[in-house]
Amino acid sequence: MTDDRVLTLPEVCLVVLIGISGSGKSTFAERVFGEFETVSSDYCRGIVADDVNDQAATPDAFALLHHIVGARLRRGRLTVVDATNVQRDARAQLVALAREHDVLPVAIVLNVPESVARERNRTRADRDFGDHVTRRQHDQLRRSLRGLQREGFRGVHILTTPEQIDTVAIHRERLLNDYRDEHGPFDVIGDVHGCRSELETLLVRLGYEITRDESGRPVDAVHPAGRRAVFVGDLVDRGPDSPGVLRLVMGLTAAGHGFCVPGNHENKLVRALDGRQVQVSHGLAETLEQLAAEGDDFTVTVREWCRGLVSHLVLDDGRLVVAHAGLKEAYHGRASGRVRSFALYGDTTGETDEFGLPVRYPWAGDYRGRAMVLYGHTPTPVPEWVNNTMCLDTGCVFGGHLTALRYPEKEVVQVPAEQVWYESVKPFPTVAEDARRARAGDELDLADVMGARVVQTGHHGRVTVRAENAAGALEVMSRFAIHPRWLPYLPPTMSPVATSTRPDLLEHPDEAFGAYAADGVTEVVCEEKHMGSRGVVLVCRDEAVAATRFGASPGETGALYTRTGRSFFGPDLTEQALARLRAAAESAGLFDGLDTGWLLLDAEVVPWSVKAEGLLREQYAAVGAAARGALPAALDILAAATERGLDVAPLLQRTRERWADAEAYGAAYRRYCWEVDGLTGVQVAPFQVLATEGRASQDKDHLWHLGIADRLVAGDPEFVRPTRRFVVDLASEAARAAGTSWWEDLTAAGGEGMVVKPLANLVRSPKQLVQPGLKVRGREYLRIIYDPDYTMPDNLDRLCQRGLGHKRSLALREYALGLEALERLAAGEPLWRVHEPVFAVLALESEPVDPRL
Amino acid sequence: MLLTMTSTASSATDLGFVLHKHPDRVQTFDLAAGRAHVFYPEATPERCTVALLVETDPVALVRGKQGGRPAFSLGEYVNDRPYAGGSHLAQALGRVFRSALAGSCPHRPELVDRVVPLDIRVASVPAPGGLDRVVRLFAPLGWSVDATPMALDPEVPRWGEAAYVDLTLTGAMTVRAALQHLYVLLPVLAGSKHYWVSSDEVDKLLRAGSEWLPAHPEREWITHRYLARKRESVDDALARLIALDDAVSEDEDEGGGGGGGEQREDRPVPLAVCRRAAVLAELRALDAHHVVDLGCGPGALLRDLLADASFTRIVGADVSAGALDAAARRLRLARMPDSQRARLELLHSSVTYRDPRLDGADAIVLMEVVEHVDPERLPTLARTVFGSARPRAVIVTTPNVEFNVRYEGLAPGAFRHPDHRFEWTRAEFEDWCQSVGAAYGYAVRLAPVGEVDPEVGPSTQMAVFTRADSALAQGSEAEGSGG
Repeated sequence: MTDDRVLTLPEVCLVVLIGISGSGKSTFAERVFGEFETVSSDYCRGIVADDVNDQAATPDAFALLHHIVGARLRRGRLTVVDATNVQRDARAQLVALAREHDVLPVAIVLNVPESVARERNRTRADRDFGDHVTRRQHDQLRRSLRGLQREGFRGVHILTTPEQIDTVAIHRERLLNDYRDEHGPFDVIGDVHGCRSELETLLVRLGYEITRDESGRPVDAVHPAGRRAVFVGDLVDRGPDSPGVLRLVMGLTAAGHGFCVPGNHENKLVRALDGRQVQVSHGLAETLEQLAAEGDDFTVTVREWCRGLVSHLVLDDGRLVVAHAGLKEAYHGRASGRVRSFALYGDTTGETDEFGLPVRYPWAGDYRGRAMVLYGHTPTPVPEWVNNTMCLDTGCVFGGHLTALRYPEKEVVQVPAEQVWYESVKPFPTVAEDARRARAGDELDLADVMGARVVQTGHHGRVTVRAENAAGALEVMSRFAIHPRWLPYLPPTMSPVATSTRPDLLEHPDEAFGAYAADGVTEVVCEEKHMGSRGVVLVCRDEAVAATRFGASPGETGALYTRTGRSFFGPDLTEQALARLRAAAESAGLFDGLDTGWLLLDAEVVPWSVKAEGLLREQYAAVGAAARGALPAALDILAAATERGLDVAPLLQRTRERWADAEAYGAAYRRYCWEVDGLTGVQVAPFQVLATEGRASQDKDHLWHLGIADRLVAGDPEFVRPTRRFVVDLASEAARAAGTSWWEDLTAAGGEGMVVKPLANLVRSPKQLVQPGLKVRGREYLRIIYDPDYTMPDNLDRLCQRGLGHKRSLALREYALGLEALERLAAGEPLWRVHEPVFAVLALESEPVDPRL
Repeated sequence: MLLTMTSTASSATDLGFVLHKHPDRVQTFDLAAGRAHVFYPEATPERCTVALLVETDPVALVRGKQGGRPAFSLGEYVNDRPYAGGSHLAQALGRVFRSALAGSCPHRPELVDRVVPLDIRVASVPAPGGLDRVVRLFAPLGWSVDATPMALDPEVPRWGEAAYVDLTLTGAMTVRAALQHLYVLLPVLAGSKHYWVSSDEVDKLLRAGSEWLPAHPEREWITHRYLARKRESVDDALARLIALDDAVSEDEDEGGGGGGGEQREDRPVPLAVCRRAAVLAELRALDAHHVVDLGCGPGALLRDLLADASFTRIVGADVSAGALDAAARRLRLARMPDSQRARLELLHSSVTYRDPRLDGADAIVLMEVVEHVDPERLPTLARTVFGSARPRAVIVTTPNVEFNVRYEGLAPGAFRHPDHRFEWTRAEFEDWCQSVGAAYGYAVRLAPVGEVDPEVGPSTQMAVFTRADSALAQGSEAEGSGG
């Protein structure tokens, strides 16, 4: 320590205080550390035994202490252990705990004279133990002092006088890998392996200007817009000019124009240059030869520069992590031998393959972190996103490409190798072989969906999913739903309008217009409610898009699914339906016009009986049949009783009404069924574009969406059904009246009703999201929802007292989750991230809400 | 709901005495959810007809539900209860004709045991088991049964007949017996749609059926249907989701005579026992100690595993939380001794999501599971089990569809269970096993379960996969797509 008045600690570390009872540890900790940073063994004794001095409680107290310390370290918090820690055993446990969480253990010894401690203990009533205790502790401490460094502490600070203890200041130093205050933009460059010429070409392609020394050798690269290059390591070996690459990158990092992490090849180079025994294979020989030609000075500079490289970098507020072989989330911003080893060599299974190379564990498939991880190390033919990670090693030295990724733009920039510089031991995988490999990012973990969860949404804050709802959704998702990669969205439930105050109706457009006007919406669109089932269409332009974007198997080009994620049809019929929609979209020029290879559409599939024939027959028709059996017979009997002079007139009248209701009910459900044969008789009515590549479309107004729908209708009028609509200016009474009569005409002609939506689509009120739509259902349609006799005044009076609060809240939460899924999908986020809100919608749908709403 | 009872006995209007209802009056009774009206559309000394007309209050019916929980499916609201003569009619009958049912007639006690020619009509009776079932219920009691079928919807002829009949019973009977028969058998016919307000059904059954039920050839079925109407956890999240997609919930108590329940045991018991024995024998031969029963259902195999101490760690996993609850109940988990309990773990899991809790097993058993997974999801199942969990061995059993021709009563082309997404021939099963084995580095051995039919093979087929440890180093093989 250069200045004994200041003690320097890593920002994240485990501080182990060492000192005998009475040495002033607690007072010291209180003075220099935060309230929660210090975990004291006395305090833990108190928690488990109500007595801070109960030595019998020590094992439990330390178990608790270790638990608290572990939890804090896992979360990356500096933690101080306030216990005597004079015994080697006790310290060893804490060192192990620090290692387990990959933080550095640091020792601070309060080595005051025994007499001082003894004096302090005498003045404290609760420390009535004898002097022999302090003496023993002091002996143990004295014996410990020499070996602390060897015990694994990465810093040992010894404070020897009470004055020093009372005055020393703590300086917290950020970790070497902590570049969170560097916000880019960056160009992250994959494994170069001595391909100096390709590197120059790539840097120029990226817009850098290369600076050269007097011999014309590149020594720096400067981007006019201040972008900086970040190298993922493996600059050297195998290729034609490792020294040239080093000279450029060393110059560039020294000038502050970029950063570099070490690769395993740099690591090995340092050991070789240190004169250590290493196998001179995998292209190291070439590098050593090339360096020898450069002379000793350069070689020493190279060695020291490589030695100084930090195994991984955490950049841009933790949003970007760069490490040569990647890094799992638990290791981000941590420091330990195994973190460095992971960063250099990646995760391996411990096995070797038939070429003698270590078998790599596909850690990226398990990756669930929020930080983007960019790395190299494993040559792949095409850079691919796997759970927000990307490998940028495209085997330039083996004749592939040199690859860079622009951050934050996520744009891949490549230059081809000028030649095959080095023959790979293992055949370099072709694109076709690579495509056959399963997509690691398509694997979902149970932990991605199970248990009580909170989903962070961009539009509605945190949405909570309860464990029992997630459990129900798991079964439905596993047993009935299509593969999650085809299920990037589930439609939210929709609230009906507030209950009408009119005497003979449950729902009326007035309430919808009024509600939106109150939320500050000026224009709404009324869309007819189709008499079918909600369907979501995901249609890809061709098999290639389906395979690359959605990981489709051959022959699959999309999906057509219900509100709980079931496929409407079997595989063949699904593809037939998709072919028709694709052809309609092509003829409307939608793929080109929207600059996308796929369309995700919100739609309705008619007739309802396509999906719900069983329900219609076993529930709806059956009720009608039961009524047909009972009511006419009752009318006959009542007629006979009337003839006998019995007073059954009111009963007869009611029974007549009920028979009329039953007939109206039959007419209502019958409109939902007709015979279909394959796709003949089936229609799809799209009414909204949910998302296209790179874009969720909730900010486009509904006339834009309906315009697209119209173009699809024009492309295949037989299969694609138009959606009638009517725009209402809420400021105009006349327009509202016209909207009402539009609804009346629609429902009088047997229509189900309409959905009223803010014309502008996504709208927020000062408080929160505005409901994306309110359904206003027709009087006759509601017979099959409420009851055939619901219109009887006595029934209607009571049914009007319906609570809509839960339904509305649910509709908003599901809407926000749906938007979240769409935005994650459009942004190309990994499958587990898209699946999370989709699964949450399904889970929320299992909340108990009156199904009639 | 309408019921009429006509007596053509001499002094037919004596019916009024027996029923305690005057032939010239119209009487109305309040019910829990609605009203019952009693009147006589005809009343002459030669022929007297009493009518019981029940008006159900649909709003009250729903609001008055037990537990006050909201119903989850529209079927609870749009319901045949106001029309069909099922349990609500029986309930009204019990309320309105209570004395007659009890055989009390203080003014004319001699009429109670008088056998009279009766003609009973219930205009709309649920008959889910078909006409035959109705006849088998009433004929043994001395009724001549005339059940007229009706169309499900006359305007949609392709839908055929409804599961309701217009029922007429003719016979010489005491009024009391007739009422008792209706009181018990109408709810039995209603089956799953049967609905009671009170909870003392056993007493009611004993009281109304004591004189005739013991000798009835269908007594077991009647008792089962009368008492076993409890739907488990109506507020179950799953049931709500199924209803949400307009699907009809699987009705477990239709069409079966047994104690309901084990969905997985789709065939008679001996085959299920045989299958478990075969799986256990393979597990022992594999020297497996840590075993995962993936898709354990209510836990029949778990019970066998627990009975053998060589299985030191037993994991039952299922995608259905309900099945796990059933397993916990059947295995009496709450009362299991610690030493036993420590060997068993029940996990809510899924074959379509990776679950590290399933890692490290000696063997994973997929007994009658794969056929419940859509073919398109099988590659994911293979990835989860063979690629991710990677046990030393995997045992798969599944029906052999070729054997289906040997099952009488199984329609040609029909599967053995309504939830089966496919059933494989022996060749198809072998193809799948070989391709999964090759993709993930497992050797495959196929074995029949139980008796082998020389022509169509065994009823159940089984495959035992063992990880090719020698080839384990070929980690890349684990990345194959598997299906």
